[in-house]
Amino acid sequence: MNIIVCVKQVPDILEVSVDKETNTLIREGVDSVINPFDLYAVEEGLRLKEQYGGQVYVLSMGPPQAIATLRQGLSLGAERGILLSDIGFAGADTLATSYTLAKAVKKIGHFDLVICGRQAVDGDTAHVGPSLAEKLGVPHVSCVIKIHEVTEEYMIAERITEDAKEKVKLSLPGLITVCKGINEPRFPSLKWKINAARTRVEVWSAHDIGADESKIGLKGSPTRVVKMTTPQHHRAGQMLEGPVGEQVADLVSKLRERQVL
Amino acid sequence: MGIRVIAEKCSGCKLCVKACPFGAITVTKKLARIDIAKCNFCGACVEACKKFNAIELIYENVQTVDKSKYRGVWVFAEQKMGGISDVVFELLGKGRQLARSLAEPICAMLLGDQVASAARDLICFGADKVYLAESEQLGVFIEDTFTEVVTGLIKEHKPNIVLFGATSIGRSLAPRVASRLETGLTADCTGLEIDPATKDLLQTRPAFGGNLMATIICPNHRPQMASVRPKVFKPVQRNELRMGRIIKYDYKNHTLTQRAQLLAVVKEAAKTGGIAEAEIIVAGGFGLGDAENFKIIEKLAQAMGAAVGASRRAVDSGWVSLPNQVGQTGKTVRPKLYIACGISGAIQHLVGMQSSEIIVAINKNPQAPIFNVADYCIVGDVLEVVPALTKEIEKIRLAEQDELTVTDGELESQLVSSGVRQS
Repeated sequence: MNIIVCVKQVPDILEVSVDKETNTLIREGVDSVINPFDLYAVEEGLRLKEQYGGQVYVLSMGPPQAIATLRQGLSLGAERGILLSDIGFAGADTLATSYTLAKAVKKIGHFDLVICGRQAVDGDTAHVGPSLAEKLGVPHVSCVIKIHEVTEEYMIAERITEDAKEKVKLSLPGLITVCKGINEPRFPSLKWKINAARTRVEVWSAHDIGADESKIGLKGSPTRVVKMTTPQHHRAGQMLEGPVGEQVADLVSKLRERQVL
Repeated sequence: MGIRVIAEKCSGCKLCVKACPFGAITVTKKLARIDIAKCNFCGACVEACKKFNAIELIYENVQTVDKSKYRGVWVFAEQKMGGISDVVFELLGKGRQLARSLAEPICAMLLGDQVASAARDLICFGADKVYLAESEQLGVFIEDTFTEVVTGLIKEHKPNIVLFGATSIGRSLAPRVASRLETGLTADCTGLEIDPATKDLLQTRPAFGGNLMATIICPNHRPQMASVRPKVFKPVQRNELRMGRIIKYDYKNHTLTQRAQLLAVVKEAAKTGGIAEAEIIVAGGFGLGDAENFKIIEKLAQAMGAAVGASRRAVDSGWVSLPNQVGQTGKTVRPKLYIACGISGAIQHLVGMQSSEIIVAINKNPQAPIFNVADYCIVGDVLEVVPALTKEIEKIRLAEQDELTVTDGELESQLVSSGVRQS
């Protein structure tokens, strides 16, 4: 089974904060990490490989330093790491990103399954998986929580929705996005760490993947950010003072006045 | 598209450095340098440099679609077993406002098997037209078939704006549709308005985990597509008198391939006190300390007939399960009353609950950001305040019960004395 896992390097979102005076992100000291959802994707790819044979490739688009994320994939057990890096890719939205990834997947050639994390924690769109499936012309299932069975022609996957779990038969080649809970990601092993050290991450440019310049990066992105602001919180909170008993009584009477109690 | 610094005009004042949300600008030797790899071409620096006009965005000749050919605000009417999802009524509410400011119609597209009766509901909730596609093959949601029909409808009728609920279905369908149409899609919008000058849709959404709000446009492509989480906008009132047209969509010329197949659906046991629909939510955070202490949240919720919510850290600590999580990675809620106990108010949490009608915050740290969004603030130890509040509520409930029995008794005696009823 040939599996391609798409991964993204993201800023560690829990560490990011905003300078209230300038409306800008404070980035100093914020680490870049592999998108947490992508760790589940890598793990699921490795498990499928171990069960059914084949190879796992990790694929990413990003600046040169995103090589670290692909190295991480290699040290977990992937055979090949490919980084799409080109100044022309800069400013890509989810449409341009999925076009670029699709061109790379097509260059890789034969695949049975593409696995993506459900969403990246920096953008939180959950667009790239389904959009990439469309560009590849393969079917997809989002939010997979369990894989029941895989054959050469199809897989049976379980996805979660708001109120149910649905078993879906997906013909292959296909794409799935996986969510938290599908597995418990492993730690890098010594054997694979050595492998990672010996394996070169391949870096492909826009030219290498034969990308149409008008479809990549900012030029290929229909959406455009026009403004960044800090979220407005404007409730003039009323402080309830006194000992606990008074505070509570005060609150209750206020809530009754407003008819929510 | 590009950006450049005009060296002769740049004074090296660093205003642009501060304005750049992406940390892409550095100033060396009194000259700003923009790192293109980091730049998102948002124009914040251009705005900040108004005094010197030393930065300019370079627009290349972009092919623009003939926007005048695209008319109407459309809502994807998600349904399950013929019942329209609530988020659709919320989108119709917002969509009507947008349609009104554009002087264009608001329409819904309804796909399913024998769902025609639901089309009337969509009209009562504000749709001028309903495009109806019915087939056995559309009985359950499958990405392939729905993408085919939805894109078919859009290509034929050319709407200006298409809105989807950011539900598990919407999140899987919308990106596929946008990808096939080669147009823009903005996820999880919390604000939608029409730019009065350009008539483009201004789509505002949280970015970087909610630390910033980004306003996004789709200037040269149509339709403009956006998804919105449930409970972000208010639904319109149902109006039985509203008139509208139902237009059957004949997609027989489309081949509906179906490369995925739904084998089984296991309904999750209805969770008591689900937060999505609750009118009152009592939410606990990391400030409670441990799983044992978290139980006081459940007790208060029980006394109030409320649902239990939680911050991400409380869920990650295993004190309470994931469906209870409120916030960026959890659910967006909009109850009448939200009581945040021991929740400091990380921005990721705030984006999920700040549109609640009334917010109460209980926290020992007076500087906690949760107080900025609260209507009533109690600075104190949650382990003291919450149980005290529970007691107070229980007292009221008991008193109300007594009152109720007394009233019933009085009524009974009145009826008897007036001779209405013989005892």
